[in-house]
Amino acid sequence: MTSTIERADAHPEAPVPVRKSGGFTAAAANYIEDRTSISGVVKEFGRKIFPDHWSFMLGEVALYSFIVIILTGSFLTFFFQASMVETVYDGSFVPLKGVEMSSAMESTLHISFDLRGGLLIRQIHHWAALLFIAAIGLHMLRVFFTGAFRKPRELNWVIGFLLFVLAMAEGFTGYSLPDDLLSGNGLRIIDGLIKGLPFVGTWISFLLFGGEFPGTDIVGRFYTLHILLLPALVVAFIALHLVFVVVHKHTQFAGAGRTEKNVIGYPILPVYAAKAGGFFFLVFGVIALMAAFFTINPIWNYGPYDPSPVSAGTQPDWYIGFADGALRLIPPGWEFVWLDHTWSFNIIVPVVALLALLGAVAVYPFVEGWVTGDKREHHILDRPRNAPTRTAIGAAGVTFYAALWAAASSDIMATHFQLSIEGVIHVVQAWAVLGPFLAYFITKRVCIGLMKKDHEILLHGYESGRIVRLPGGEYIEVHEPVDEYERWKLLDYEVYQPIMLRPNAEGKITAGMRLRARMSNWFFEDRIAPPTREQLEAGHGHETHGEIEKGPGLV
Amino acid sequence: MAHDEVSGTDTSASDSSAVETTRGASTGTVVIASDVANPGEPPHRQRVTDTDPRAAKRAARSVYTLFYLSIAGSVFAVAAYMAFPIEDGDPTALRLNNLFLGIGIALSLFGIGLGAVHWGKALMHDKEGIDERHPVRGTDATVARAVEIFDEADRESGFGRRTLIRNSLIGALVAFPLPGLVLFRGFGPQDQNPPELLSHTMWKKGARLTLDPSGIPVKASDVTIGSVFHIIPEGLNERHDKLEQKAKAAVLLMRLNPDDLNISPEREGWSYDGIVAYSKICTHVGCPVALYEHQTHHLLCPCHQSTFDVVNECEVIFGPAKRALPQLPIEVDSDGYLVAQSDFHEPVGPSFWERS
Repeated sequence: MTSTIERADAHPEAPVPVRKSGGFTAAAANYIEDRTSISGVVKEFGRKIFPDHWSFMLGEVALYSFIVIILTGSFLTFFFQASMVETVYDGSFVPLKGVEMSSAMESTLHISFDLRGGLLIRQIHHWAALLFIAAIGLHMLRVFFTGAFRKPRELNWVIGFLLFVLAMAEGFTGYSLPDDLLSGNGLRIIDGLIKGLPFVGTWISFLLFGGEFPGTDIVGRFYTLHILLLPALVVAFIALHLVFVVVHKHTQFAGAGRTEKNVIGYPILPVYAAKAGGFFFLVFGVIALMAAFFTINPIWNYGPYDPSPVSAGTQPDWYIGFADGALRLIPPGWEFVWLDHTWSFNIIVPVVALLALLGAVAVYPFVEGWVTGDKREHHILDRPRNAPTRTAIGAAGVTFYAALWAAASSDIMATHFQLSIEGVIHVVQAWAVLGPFLAYFITKRVCIGLMKKDHEILLHGYESGRIVRLPGGEYIEVHEPVDEYERWKLLDYEVYQPIMLRPNAEGKITAGMRLRARMSNWFFEDRIAPPTREQLEAGHGHETHGEIEKGPGLV
Repeated sequence: MAHDEVSGTDTSASDSSAVETTRGASTGTVVIASDVANPGEPPHRQRVTDTDPRAAKRAARSVYTLFYLSIAGSVFAVAAYMAFPIEDGDPTALRLNNLFLGIGIALSLFGIGLGAVHWGKALMHDKEGIDERHPVRGTDATVARAVEIFDEADRESGFGRRTLIRNSLIGALVAFPLPGLVLFRGFGPQDQNPPELLSHTMWKKGARLTLDPSGIPVKASDVTIGSVFHIIPEGLNERHDKLEQKAKAAVLLMRLNPDDLNISPEREGWSYDGIVAYSKICTHVGCPVALYEHQTHHLLCPCHQSTFDVVNECEVIFGPAKRALPQLPIEVDSDGYLVAQSDFHEPVGPSFWERS
C-alpha cells in the first residue's frame, strides 16, 4: 500500500487525504497506520453489522468465561505445584495439620488459605470453567434448534463440537490437579474404565499413570495437558471459529426486511463494542460474585487422595455426569471371559454409547444436508417449530443425555427422596431407553400444533379478547389481523417435500437412494407449508366472522 | 419505513413462486416457500431518550454514575485486600477476605458492564445498519485461478508425473512419526509387566491385618459381631509405593454370626469364627466399596452402586459390577492376631483384558 507520505512528496499540491494534525491521538494513529496499514482492518470491521437476539449471547458467554479462565488460571500457575511428592501439611488450615499429602494438594491449600485473594481467584477459575462448559452446551443447543449449522456453517459446527469436547477435557484435567480425595476417586474410575477396554486397556492405563495406579506422574501429566496442550488447542479452535463467523457473517432470525442476502443489526463501532464489551464485564462480574459468595470444590473437606476411603454421594463435576451415569445404568452381569480374555461389556457398552452420542452430534449437519439435498446457503434461522423433525430429534437427544446425567445422581436422589437405589436406577434405565422416543413424538406434535396455530393467526388474525354479540344473539370473539411486519416473521420459512424416488441416469435405484428417500419421508412427511398470498387474501375475507374454520391441515 | 431497496428486491426475487425446485438444490429436492413479498424494514421507532431530552440526560447521568461506581468498587477491593488479611489462618478472616475482595471486584466489573451496555442501548445512535451478504464461495475467476495455480505447480514440480518421487515422499511422511510413537513407551517403567503387577498384592502368608491408616494389628478378639474394620497389610505405611499397594491391598474385615454365612466347600477355613475379609476395591472400576449395611450385610460401592452380599461370599446382587469381591483367606496367629493365609486367589479390583 502506498503511504500518504510518498504521495504527499510526489504531489506536494495534492490534498492529503488523511488528516496529519489534530493532536496526540491523530499523531499516534498515523504512526501506527504508517507501519501497519491498520486502516484496512478498521474499514473492514469497524462498521460490520451484527444482528441482535438474546440467544446469540450464549456463545459470547462461553468466550468471555474462557478469557476469565485464562486470566485466573495464569495467576494460579504461579502458586500451584504440579507434583505428587509426599509432604506433611503445615499450613493454616488446622484440621489437616500434620496430614501427609502431595505437593499438589498442599499448594492448593496454600492458595486457598494462606494467599490473600487466592481462594477468590481459585473459585473464580472453577466457576468460570463451569460456566464455560454450560454456555458452550447451551450455545450448541441454540445453533442446533435454529438450524444455524446448515450450509455454509457445517464445518464451524464441527469446530464448535471439538471445543465442547476440549472444554470437558480441560475441566476434567483441571479438576484432578489438586489430588484430593474426590478427584482421586474420579481418576480411579477413569483408570478402571480404561482397564476394561479390550486389547489395549491395561497398557493405556499403565502408560497414562506411569506404572501402577495412582503412581506419582498423573498430576504432572495432567498439568501439562491442562495449561499447555489443551489451552493451545482451545485458543486455536476459538480463533478459527471466530474467523468463520466473520467469513459467513452472523445468522439472523426471520424479520421484516431481513433476507438470505443481507444482515441487519448494529455496527461493531460503536454500539456492538459497547454492548458486547460491556457484556464481558457483566459475565466476569457474575462469576466474581459467585466466587465471593459460593464455595466451589472445597478440597479441604475431602482431604488428600487415598485409595481406601471414599465419601458417600461421590459425584464428578456436573459436565462429566453423563459419562458417570452411563456406567451406572448397565444392568448386572455384563462381563464375560471368552478366548481367555475378559470382555467387560459393562465398560465397552457405555463407552461405545457415549462415543455414538457424541459422534451423532458431530455429524448431524451432514446427515440433514444429505437428506434435504439442499445445497443453498442458509442465513435466516429456523424457528424450532418450523423444523419439527429436527426439533424432535434434538429433544430426543437432550432427553437421553438428561437420563444419563440424572443417573449420575441416582444415589443422591434415592437418599433425598427416600427411594430405593434399585428403584431409581430402574426408572432411569427405562427413561434412557424409552424417554427419547416419547420426547420425539411429543415434541413433534407440539411443533406441528404450534405451526397450525401460526397458520391460524396468519389466515384469521389473533384472538383479540373482544367478545361481540351479534343481532341473532350469537357471541363471537373478534379476531384482529396481524400487521404485515409481524406476519412476515410467521411467514418467512420453507418446508421441503419428501424426495421422490426416481431412477438415476443409468436407470437404477441404489440402496443409498432408497435410504435417502425413506429418511426424507421421515423428516418431511408431516409438514405445514407457509400460506400463499391467495390463501391469505381468502382468509382475511371473512376475518370479521372471527369464526374458527377447520385447521390448516397437513399439506 | 419499508424503503430498503436491497431487501425489497431480493425477497421478491427469491420468493416469486409458491412451489419451486430451487437453484442450488440437488435433483428431487422441492422447497415450498410463501409467495408473499417481504414488507421491508419496519419504520424506525424512537426511544424515550431520542424524544425526551430529560430522559437522555437521566440516562447519561446513570451511565457516568455507573462508571464512577466501578472506580469505587476497584478502590474498595484494594482496601479490602489490605483491611482483611488472612495471615492468622482464622477461617472468619479468610471468609471476609474472600467476600469483600470479591464484592469489590464484582462491583468494579458490574459498573463498567452495566454502564457500557446502558450507554449502548439508551444513548448511542440506534438505527440498524445493513450489510450485504455474498456467497461464501469465491468468484468463478478466483476459483479458476486457484485451480490454475495448482496445475502450474503440478507441472513445474512434476508432482503428479513423477510418481516414484511422490509415493516415496508419502511413504517417508507416514514413517517419520513412528519414532515419536515409540517414545510413548517410556510413559511407563520399561521393566514392568502390567498384567503381572495387577495379579498380586502385598498380602502373603502370615502378614498381619492392621488398621487403616494407623497400621495397628488387629486381634480376633477385638472384632465383635456386627463390627467392620478398614484393613491394610502390615508394613504398608513403610513402603515407598504405599498408595499403589494400598490401591490393591485394601480390605474390609467384618464379623457376622457364623451361622449366617453361606460358605462354599473350597473356602472352608478362609474365615475365622464368622470373621471374613474381602477386598475393598470394587470389581467394576475400582472405587473403594466403603458402605456396609449392618442389617442386610450388604456392601455398597458409593460410585456406581454395585452391591455385594457378604453373606454369600460377596457376590453381586445389584449394579454394574460382575464379579464377587475377592476374599482374603485369614487365620489367627499364635498371639491371637489376625493374619493372611496367602495373597488373594485372583486379581483384585477392576477387570482388565489379560485377566481370565
